[in-house]
Amino acid sequence: MAGHAPCSAPLPGSLADPAPICAGAVCRPCPIALRPAPPAPNMAAPSVSCGAAVPYRLFLAGRVSFAREQGLWKAAASGLQTGTRCQILRLKHSPAVTTKKNVAALRRESYTVDFIKKQIEEFNIGKRHLANMMGEDPETFTQEDVDRAITYLFPSGLFEKRARPIMKHPEEIFPKQRAVQWGEDGRPFHFLFYTGKQSYYSLMHEAYGKVLHAEERQDQLRAKGLFSEKSKSKDPIGSRWLIKEELEEMLVEKLSDQDYAQFIRLLERLSALPCDAAEEEFVGRFRRTVTVQSKKHLIEPLQYDEQGMAFSTGQGKRKTANAEAVVYGHGSGKIEINGVDYLLYFPVTQDREQLMFPFHFLDRLGKHDVTCTVSGGGRSSQAGAIRLAMSRALCSFITEDEVEWMRQAGLLTTDPRVRERKKPGQEGARRKFTWKKR
Amino acid sequence: MATGAVLPRLLGAGVRAAPRGRAAQRGRTLGSAAAAAAREPERDSDRSARILSEPLKHSDFFNVKELFSVRSLFNARVHLGHKAGCRHRFMEPYIFGSRLGQDIIDLEQTATHLQLALNFTAHVAFRGGIILFVSRARQFSHLIESTARSCGEYAHTRYFKGGLLTNAPLLLGAQVRLPDLIIFLHTLNNVFEPHVAVRDAAKMSIPTVGVVDTNCNPCLITYPVPGNDDSPPAVQLFCQLFQTAVTRAKEKRRQLEALYRLQGAPGPHPADPAAPGAPSPGAQAQLGVGHSP
Repeated sequence: MAGHAPCSAPLPGSLADPAPICAGAVCRPCPIALRPAPPAPNMAAPSVSCGAAVPYRLFLAGRVSFAREQGLWKAAASGLQTGTRCQILRLKHSPAVTTKKNVAALRRESYTVDFIKKQIEEFNIGKRHLANMMGEDPETFTQEDVDRAITYLFPSGLFEKRARPIMKHPEEIFPKQRAVQWGEDGRPFHFLFYTGKQSYYSLMHEAYGKVLHAEERQDQLRAKGLFSEKSKSKDPIGSRWLIKEELEEMLVEKLSDQDYAQFIRLLERLSALPCDAAEEEFVGRFRRTVTVQSKKHLIEPLQYDEQGMAFSTGQGKRKTANAEAVVYGHGSGKIEINGVDYLLYFPVTQDREQLMFPFHFLDRLGKHDVTCTVSGGGRSSQAGAIRLAMSRALCSFITEDEVEWMRQAGLLTTDPRVRERKKPGQEGARRKFTWKKR
Repeated sequence: MATGAVLPRLLGAGVRAAPRGRAAQRGRTLGSAAAAAAREPERDSDRSARILSEPLKHSDFFNVKELFSVRSLFNARVHLGHKAGCRHRFMEPYIFGSRLGQDIIDLEQTATHLQLALNFTAHVAFRGGIILFVSRARQFSHLIESTARSCGEYAHTRYFKGGLLTNAPLLLGAQVRLPDLIIFLHTLNNVFEPHVAVRDAAKMSIPTVGVVDTNCNPCLITYPVPGNDDSPPAVQLFCQLFQTAVTRAKEKRRQLEALYRLQGAPGPHPADPAAPGAPSPGAQAQLGVGHSP
């Protein structure tokens, strides 16, 4: 396959014509495809074209602030918008990129409405191709199916989830932008346009207006003698203020930390005053409910074996060790691991302490029997895996409060630490070679 | 008059003057349907040119004199300045004297300057100009923003970013239209230095109206209004005056446009040069906005 010849896979829109598609459409280092389409002369025409067409629709998800990616985006967009049989995507360097002064302009790369529309069309067509490739019905191909198909076709071992290939609707990928802020005669629509941050300042203006209004009402009540100190009972632990990112997303504007802090302070001031329904609704717009963590954890019901003994199973992992534990309701504190007693399996005291910890924490030291199997890892990680498995199994025997206490003690959390890989040019993961001055 | 000097800039802002030569040529082909269609835009531009020139024929077309008096300025404590130690050298012509160490502003001069300023503001609003209210006093920020919003204009009482006026295409957008008039209710910022917008407006040839207290520098302001900018009644009075001037002017503009549209092609003859803004006797009763003889 010519590595230098332009790949002549047609754009999705032009699949109607029966022109022969270049077998083995190998793209030159395509900035967005993670893998070139495999050379397959025997493959049926549609699937080859799909294989070539789909990579163009793969988006590297990234944050808006990565200017380089947007430069790549510009390249991708310009490549696709030519509408001709696809060429090698050359990075088009616009004047904005090369001069240092216009970095701010590049950062605010704006996408025209037509461009976004075109992206949406291409996404929809690409989704149908993907459905065909996977042998599914294009009509009922949902986003979850798309995600599954992409992980199947392009398996990636990258740790950063956002760096893996995804295929999502352009609305989720391209940042939301503002339409033109003024009318035909040039007069801006918003009265605070010339401040630069019109949404944020108008929000501050509105909130301050409500504060003044509430204070005025409070003064009137005090003058009439009807004022009573009322304690706020509605914002204990169940809700939290918006975070800065959520507020930025709401306003479609960049904020600084000081701006955000000012706004929260103003809202706190407003909520401290006696509010009426409209003001409470206004404040409620900026509060989010916090789900209690332990509610997410599903507690398995108890199971009963032939003798009528209650038991429960749990699974646990630590580094590369996997364990499964069965905890019986009544017993004498016997623990059997892979058919061997724990005293023999774990000669080291430290490992046995790890096994005892969940029971000791719940004051149930001699009350349960445990049978478990473990594989992989070393001695310490096997002990940790069994501990996690036992704690999870124990959840079925105890109250919800005790589950919450266990969660806070860290007994129910999988330890995410894994061995860090060794890097080239270094002796280990972090250790560098000895530095020699000469 | 300063209005004459600013006229070319405002003409460019939104209204095109009718080219006289072409209009005359089109007038010769009267009678054909095509010519009738061609006459419409010519009539429109003619009409708009007449509407714009109408207020310029009178000295106080919008009758801003009646909005205030020296007594009302006194009651709003506009005459109270800062202590003599804070006095700015260039404010000395506007200061009447000093009482117990506090400077007193000459309200006769204030009245003259205020009338000029309000008249100019009204003219700018009449011609559809963008008016920006600027201030950096936190105490009156909400009031000024509400004033600007209620008269359909713009306000900026927040932190003023560096190149907002001088580097507007980068900060605000490529084809942004800059304000045609900036009204300063407080010329100083929170550290008692002249507001950056004063200098920037002068750089961008934007006329400014500003309430200057005894510690302010009136130099770069086109229409300074010596007066108190610290007492709430004074600031409220100024806000109200500017708001009334702007709303009056816009209302006048709407009325004139409606009138000219009803009357049709030939423009109105100025029957009475002394009576401002009343082209025909029949319509004079409708324009009841403060006609002083």
